[in-house]
Amino acid sequence: MARAGEVDQDTRLGGLYVGSLLREQLWLAARTLTVLALVVGSLPLVLHLAPDLAALRVGPFPVAWLVLGGATYPILVLLAWRYVRRAERNEAAFAELMDEVDR
Amino acid sequence: MISDLPGLPGTGAAPGIVAIVLVTVATLALGTYGLRLSRTTSDFMVASRAVGPRMNAAAVSGEYLSAASFLGAAGLLLAFGAEMLWYPVGWTAGYLVLLVLVAAPLRRSGAYTLPDFAEARLGSRAVRRTCALLVVAIGWLYLLPQFQGAGITLASAVGGPGWLGPVVVAVVVLVNVTAGGMRSITLVQAFQYWLKLTALLVPAAVLLVVWWGDGRPGDPASTAATTAWSVPLADGGAQGLYLTYSLIAATFLGTMGLPHVVVRFYTNPDGRAARRTTLLVLVLLGVFYLLPPVYAGLARVYAPGLADSGSDGLVLELPGLVVPGLGGDVLTGMVVGGAFAAFLSTSSGLAIAVAGVLSQDVFTRPFRGTRLSGVAGFRAGAVVAVVVPAGVALTGSGAGVATTVGLAFAVAASTFCPLLVLGIWWRGLTPAGAIAGLLAGGVGSSAAALVTLYTPASDGWSDVLLRQPAAWSAPLALLVMVGVSLATRRTVPAHTNRLMVRLHTPEAVVLDRG
Repeated sequence: MARAGEVDQDTRLGGLYVGSLLREQLWLAARTLTVLALVVGSLPLVLHLAPDLAALRVGPFPVAWLVLGGATYPILVLLAWRYVRRAERNEAAFAELMDEVDR
Repeated sequence: MISDLPGLPGTGAAPGIVAIVLVTVATLALGTYGLRLSRTTSDFMVASRAVGPRMNAAAVSGEYLSAASFLGAAGLLLAFGAEMLWYPVGWTAGYLVLLVLVAAPLRRSGAYTLPDFAEARLGSRAVRRTCALLVVAIGWLYLLPQFQGAGITLASAVGGPGWLGPVVVAVVVLVNVTAGGMRSITLVQAFQYWLKLTALLVPAAVLLVVWWGDGRPGDPASTAATTAWSVPLADGGAQGLYLTYSLIAATFLGTMGLPHVVVRFYTNPDGRAARRTTLLVLVLLGVFYLLPPVYAGLARVYAPGLADSGSDGLVLELPGLVVPGLGGDVLTGMVVGGAFAAFLSTSSGLAIAVAGVLSQDVFTRPFRGTRLSGVAGFRAGAVVAVVVPAGVALTGSGAGVATTVGLAFAVAASTFCPLLVLGIWWRGLTPAGAIAGLLAGGVGSSAAALVTLYTPASDGWSDVLLRQPAAWSAPLALLVMVGVSLATRRTVPAHTNRLMVRLHTPEAVVLDRG
């Protein structure tokens, strides 16, 4: 179990540690949301600029339906899975750092 | 067969009645079982925070998949085409936004409800009261269409009078919530996710087999009409683009601000479990939302007329139209039961969230020297939380189901979303800034919706901006919050640093979390 004396005593050093964890996590969140905006959020704009894409079909199914109604969900799950792994890794690194500082 | 309704050719009310009775009995039985486990106030409100990610994810999904998801999505897809795919996509993507921005810190804040979070973060009774008011407002806005939908479903599926649906749902929800609180509801919600998935998946699979056996017939409409139907973008050029993006903003950002969603995160044992729960929720919702487009597509082939005659009944009517005889009756019973489960689970979750806030901020405060105990206060809160919107639904007023749900999302995106995001990630937020932002976003988005509901529609930009306010009202709330906070910089609460540490430090690090 890591302890966190520096953080608890609200020292400058403790503030720096928490500040860097917070920035790391925020940066990770921003990256994930940017990918979401680029991959999913850009669809309306693309179709607005290139309306012919909507006529494309795979067999009897319109491509727009397959992409938005089907492919989006695995992409969302993948993004979430990647985020959870990296967020937990950031936290593990922080816990390890606290452990070393207190020893 | 009791009667042959015009809406259900070839089937009667019997399968629907059987299904509704079965779902109600199962719900009450599970709720009673939970009652034996619920003893303390903490049990009632957050299931003593001992719910694992798998159970909690099924419960979150079961609670979240309302009538709008079970019936509304397929109906909207049939009537308006692919632009409506943004509803299910947005309802799912909202959880990704929630995951990366608020899930773990929100759990670590250690608060029971949204007003608890606001007070802990900002140390202000005024912010707390503003949030309590908003939770009740959004909760009632979201409960009203559930009761209305129940009335429509019961009337169309079993031919009962219009008041029957709201009354049955209200009574079952009240019995469950007042008897067992969150512990029993968690079990009921998790069960109802799997019930709803099965009730939609099995008929869809049978219908697909029938469609395959019929030689995979295509869309009978003209190619041009089919192309227009398959564009996931609202009509009207730039206005359509705005409407689509505003819908995306409301659903992506509004999910984290729905009171019945947020209250579920406090039942996780820690921040890590809160994240894993959210990841599993994305999987469960993704699987479920593959199904509404199947119903819409098959209805396009087999029952194109349904698009004109109130498409909310599509999911209920399609199985009976495609599969004749007993098989059709069984499938119809399944979808009716699933729809009823959708009303029950979403209204139970909302009732818990609203009752939690009412009991903390109204009923357990001292009044003339007496005060209610925690559990009694929660029960009193639950009665008020359910009776008020059920009463409004009985008067028959209110806008359409989809409109009211959309409004709830827009208000949540314009109020609690900026409050949570800034509260968790920005040390500079002040009580004055929070209140100003909540008021700007809340008043802006709800005023826009009221104007839309009570004035005739037009084609101008003003009408478009008011119809889907989230794209401007959410940024407005954020800017006001930041601006006023910067202007009142000296009133940043003294404990801010300490609290930020608690929100972001993993549980593996031992902290003085006092």
